[in-house]
Formats: sequence, C-alpha cells, structure tokens
Amino acid sequence: MASEEPLFDPSLKKRKKKTVAFSEDPLGADADPTTPAPPVLDDIATNGDAVDMGPKTVHEQMKQNGMGEDGAEEKQEKTEDDEFKAMFGDLKKKKKKKDIPMDLPEDNSDTSTPTAPAASEDLDFSDLKKKKKSSKKKAALDMQAFEKELNESKAKDADEEDGEEGEIEVDEAELGEDPFARAEGTISLDAGNEPWLKSDRDYTYPELLQRFYAQLHASNPALLNSAGRRYTIAPPQIMREGNKKTIFANVSDICKRMHRQPEHIIQYMFAEMGTTGSVDGSGRLVIKGRFQQKQIEHVLRRYIVEYVTCKTCKSPDTILTKENRIFFMSCESCGSRRSVAAIKTGFQAQVGKRSRTRVA
Amino acid sequence: MSVQNLNTFDPFADEGDPLSNTQEVGSQQNYIHIRIQQRNGRKTLTTLQGLPKEYDAKKLLKAFKKEFACNGTLVDDEEAGQVIQLQGDQRLKISTFLVEEGIPKNSIKVHGF
Repeated sequence: MASEEPLFDPSLKKRKKKTVAFSEDPLGADADPTTPAPPVLDDIATNGDAVDMGPKTVHEQMKQNGMGEDGAEEKQEKTEDDEFKAMFGDLKKKKKKKDIPMDLPEDNSDTSTPTAPAASEDLDFSDLKKKKKSSKKKAALDMQAFEKELNESKAKDADEEDGEEGEIEVDEAELGEDPFARAEGTISLDAGNEPWLKSDRDYTYPELLQRFYAQLHASNPALLNSAGRRYTIAPPQIMREGNKKTIFANVSDICKRMHRQPEHIIQYMFAEMGTTGSVDGSGRLVIKGRFQQKQIEHVLRRYIVEYVTCKTCKSPDTILTKENRIFFMSCESCGSRRSVAAIKTGFQAQVGKRSRTRVA
Repeated sequence: MSVQNLNTFDPFADEGDPLSNTQEVGSQQNYIHIRIQQRNGRKTLTTLQGLPKEYDAKKLLKAFKKEFACNGTLVDDEEAGQVIQLQGDQRLKISTFLVEEGIPKNSIKVHGF
C-alpha cells in the first residue's frame, strides 16, 4: 500500500487520513466469518447521494489526479483500506461533506468499490479495455449493471472510438455535450423532459443513470435523508498526566454517542490494553500507562466493531442490554438481536516489583 | 447367530448433551489470545495464551525466541494454563508465525492497542 500512495493526489490523501471507519475489523482475527456481506440495496440506501453523483465524481477524480486509468485502478485497492479509516472524522470534515459535490469522490469510492469489481467481472467486454472500463465502472454499482448491459453496445462504440486516448474527457466530447455538467440539476428532472427526446441521438449511459436515480429519489425520498449519513465519533482526546498516566478526556461523550455505559467501554479498554485505571472527578478516564491517541482510537474502533455495529445490517444504532449475566445487543434499525462475548481480561503478566505487588 | 435387526435399540435413549465433551463450544477457549502489556518506559511484554494442547509450548517458545530474537519464558497460570511470555511487542510476528505454521487465522485473536 505504501508503494501506491505517492501516486495519489496529495490533497486527496490528506483528506483520507483524517477519516476513519470501523466497518472492517483491523485485525481480521476476530472478524465474524458468518457475517453476511451487506446487501446491495443497503449500500445504495446509505449512500444514495454518493452513488448518484457517481459519474461526476469519477470524472472529477480523473481531472484532479491528472492521470488516467492507473489511478483509478489503484484507488480501488486502496479504498478497502480507507473503509475503516472513515470513522473519527472531525467536525471540519463533516461540514465539508455537507456542501456536497467536491467532497463526494472519496465517499463514492469508499462505498462503491466492494461491488464494483464484481460488476466488472460479469460484463463480457470488460477484458477489451479493462483498465478504462474499470475506472468508469467504479461509479456503477451492481444494480446498474443491468442498465449497463442495455447500453452495452453504445458504450462499446464510444470506447473503441476514443480507445487510443487515455482520457475520459474525450469520451464526453464525443457524446456531443458534457453529461457531467448537468449533474446537479438532474435530480429535479422529471419524466418527459429528457434531453434526448428532442434530438434523435441515443441516450447515454450517464444520462440514464441520472434518470434512474432521479426517479428513485422522487419515489422514495427517505433515501435522500439517509444519504451520506455516516457514523462519526469525535476523536478521543488524550492527555498525559505526569509520566505514567494517560487521560482520556471525552470518554463520556463518546459513550453517549454510542449509547453505551461508560463502564462497559472502560472495562473493554482495560482488558484490551492490559492495564488499569480510574475515572476522575470530572468524568475523565485516567489510564495507567502511556498511550497515544492513535492507539486509543484503535481500541475504540475494535470496540465498535464488536459491541456497537449490528452484525446483520452494519448499523451502529444498537442497544446493549444485560440478561442473566449475558450481554445482548439488539439493533434498532433491523431488529436483530444477538449475544455478544463477555469482556474477559486475560492473563496478566507480572510487571514491576514483586515486593510491591505483595503489599497491595 | 445375531441378527442386527433384532437388537434392541432405543432411538429415544438419552445421548447426553452432544456438546458436553467439547469444552470449547460456546466459550472463548478455542481462541489463541495474543496480548500486549506495557512495562516501564517504552518496554512491552507479549503474552500468548490458549495454545491448543497438541502444540508443545516449550518447543514453540524456543522457536519464537530464535525467530524473533527476543527472550521469553513459559508461565503456568491457574486459569490460563501455560502462557508464553515474550519480551517486546511480538504480536504481529507471532500471529504471522502461527498462521504460517498452519493455525487458522480466525482462531487467533490479537489484542492490545
């Protein structure tokens, strides 16, 4: 991964670093293999907006990076990694996201990639111009694959015509007008108003895509509301107290945000980090040992994966209850309910002077 | 002469709990836990707990020590059984080592920060 990074637009990279997501287990070891992959529909529901802007964003990415297909290909590989970097987004980031299109490329690439490669595989002509196609396809999800097939012949033509040049801009010019330029306005576009009705040219794939999403959002506006909503948590504020203690200042905020008892999180953190600590008068957590914000964040992310996100629908909207000494996590959005593993402190090695431990 | 069909066999006999003899079902026993602990300064300690019985902890420790160039010891714990302790943060090295030796990756749990 490190070798790929220099290829990216530096600004893009920076932005990515700031965001952190939790949807994937960083270690892989405790990932639940039985967890089903998120359904395609879900993908679209949560990021309807992002997907909607798909073609535009790819286009923008191309422009920004100033490099053709290579960047896009590699981005696909990278995005998986970004997935779990996107949680601890700070406020600045959030605000940016709200004023839309410029920030969406990242969102889009994050979410669409898991399905996009699959889409590229089951299209027969993909091997012809695989590189070029895949950069386009990145925007397209599974659901659109069938739409794509409708347009297959058209797309093929376009592809072959400008195959020599490596740029997507040529593609648009060849189509007579810039389909991406109208991206903002098309959401309100209603049926019977499509531009291809007046001329005798064929509709293009992006146009159809926009039409599809315009209708989708018109018929169920709920998708728009949930679009782009991401589970964000304020980054942990870490201070050092003296030489050997670390203060985690905003535990209670984070607990509130996750709807969890602070005790539970604290217990988990102590078990995971193999240390002890206490809560001071102003609700801050004092941890014995030296820890950096990154490390705490990492632990929190694993906590979220294990105890906050619903394993069925990936929603963080869950509630933890205790029944008969067993913790149950019930999801508010899909209603599933499952037991979660109890927090166990493992073997604690003898650290420090033996004489001191005997006294205590 | 014995006819098998004439043997008395009660299909409803109590077989007992099928899971009773596999003690790891439902518990976390079947995981190999790799933990880290802070010592003084920037020193750390790595512990490996829950090694399956078929592996010889002593030999494994020797291999670890040689491979990772660190010291280590074997500790007997009442609850955790035999625990391998290694100096320094060897968590990732241990897990890759174990995976290469054919231990399934999803049975290894790496803890810590």
